[in-house]
Amino acid sequence: MTMASSEVELAELLADAIKRSRARFCYECGKCTGVCPVARYDRSFSPRSLLVRAVRGENEKLVGDVNVWSCLTCKLCDTRCPALIDYGMLTKAVRTVVRRQGGEGTCTHGGAVQSLTRIMTSPKLKQDRLGWVDDTMKVRRKGDTVLFVGCTPYFDVLFSETGSNTLAGSKGAIRLLNAAGVEPVLLPNERCCGHDLLWSGDIENFKMLARQNLESLEAVGAERVIVACPEGYMTLKVDYPAHFGKLSFEVVHLTEFLAESIESGALKFDGGGDSTVVTFQDPCRLGRHMGIYDAPRTVLEALPGVEFAEMRRSRERAACCGVGGWTNCTSFSKMIQADRLREAKASGADTLVTACPKCEIHLKCAMNDPVLKDEVRLEITDLAALAASRLV
Amino acid sequence: MPSEPGGTKTKASGATKTKASGAKQGGEEGFEPRVVAFACNWCSYPAADAAGINKMQYPPNARIIRVMCAGRIHPAFVLRALELGADGVLVSGCHFADCHYLFGAKRAAEQFEKTAELVRLLGVEKERVRFEQISAAEAPKFVKVMNEFVGDLKRLGRSPLAGAANGELTIPDAVGEDRT
Repeated sequence: MTMASSEVELAELLADAIKRSRARFCYECGKCTGVCPVARYDRSFSPRSLLVRAVRGENEKLVGDVNVWSCLTCKLCDTRCPALIDYGMLTKAVRTVVRRQGGEGTCTHGGAVQSLTRIMTSPKLKQDRLGWVDDTMKVRRKGDTVLFVGCTPYFDVLFSETGSNTLAGSKGAIRLLNAAGVEPVLLPNERCCGHDLLWSGDIENFKMLARQNLESLEAVGAERVIVACPEGYMTLKVDYPAHFGKLSFEVVHLTEFLAESIESGALKFDGGGDSTVVTFQDPCRLGRHMGIYDAPRTVLEALPGVEFAEMRRSRERAACCGVGGWTNCTSFSKMIQADRLREAKASGADTLVTACPKCEIHLKCAMNDPVLKDEVRLEITDLAALAASRLV
Repeated sequence: MPSEPGGTKTKASGATKTKASGAKQGGEEGFEPRVVAFACNWCSYPAADAAGINKMQYPPNARIIRVMCAGRIHPAFVLRALELGADGVLVSGCHFADCHYLFGAKRAAEQFEKTAELVRLLGVEKERVRFEQISAAEAPKFVKVMNEFVGDLKRLGRSPLAGAANGELTIPDAVGEDRT
């Protein structure tokens, strides 16, 4: 293990994050708490008070504090902060420190996803994860363009009860790439990108996953990696180079690739399909973290028979899907999700489109609310699945 | 369950070292698989009890965890055991018609279906996870299942996942000296 483990080193790690996130510039105006989707329902949570405790060095209090894990890391507070504080960076560091001292959030779904990701650190692992790829999809074993699929094969097993179908997005992604003239390489032993471990402070295991993914990508000769999942996109594009130096390939999000292909005329949608009104859920990682707002909208507007309606809170102001990193799903998450679904319905849309499998799973789960019923129910689909259905 | 890999190390490390060092890899002689068995309070656990009372011999490789209902065994628990270095995991509950809670046995089968599919995706041998229905009256079946399962695992050898998550093996060796 290369990371710090002694108390002194932990203190240094936190001090460095406080400095780099500009936490000391906080003048306690409380805008972060005012805009925070968690604080809206959970009065015990406040980004500002968490920051103040971290700056004061009250580590022992933070270890047992459930609120360390309540933050969705959705970055909405960052967009409002007049002192330009990077709360995400600070939260990540606080979680790393707290985790080393034995603190942990409540892992939703019994910790199944956390176990799966840690299992994937095993070098001897030989996954059998591409059974869903059929003959109609053209893929390669080696080549310059890789499609980084993400964890959807696992999600569809674990979360079948919510009615989500995240693999439809992965299948759609391959069909779209094929239609644009690209035969992507799929990694047969692609591991979890490590996003959730990184954001819950487990840096050692994140690095083990990252190192093995980088090796697999280099082995197939990747020059461009198209990532279908916003979390994977951010992790590959930002966190891999931050830990391992400059990458030997370019990282592109699927929606960026699709928008470019549409503009250049390489990708055309001539398919029919029912006319529908859709709205778009901006995933936090794609939107506020990576600044991609236009690409998904460009794709939606190019689809025949699809009319686009914006939700009241969209783009930089979009609301999170309610849970981050499969941790601390609470009644507050359900309130955030129900609110978001009501907003989607109020936009006049009959279908909610998202570009993130987690948004799909979380919002689908919230739709199963036995009390709210039709108040929160509408179609929900992945952007790639919808777009692929409108190909010829 | 703490999920920091080093979290449960202290108690286990001594036993792991003393005995696992003698165990050979890959189905070789002397390899003792480490098994986690989730057994239902109303059927399989009493079956194991009865096997013991009747002095029926079966391999001592399993750490039996008594649960109120096998329907509670979410895939997460089985995955967690594999993550921590178990070579095999047994989930044993009631026959469908015998379930103490009426719906639990069905739930257990549904949960295990997911578990088996996840294990398949991970590329782990499907024989490493096993679902059984053993009633309280079926002590001989419990013995038979244990014999078969441990035999299968001996042939398969050490789990490819043992050593995942920073190489920590945190389950005490079943036949180690530390049998508390």
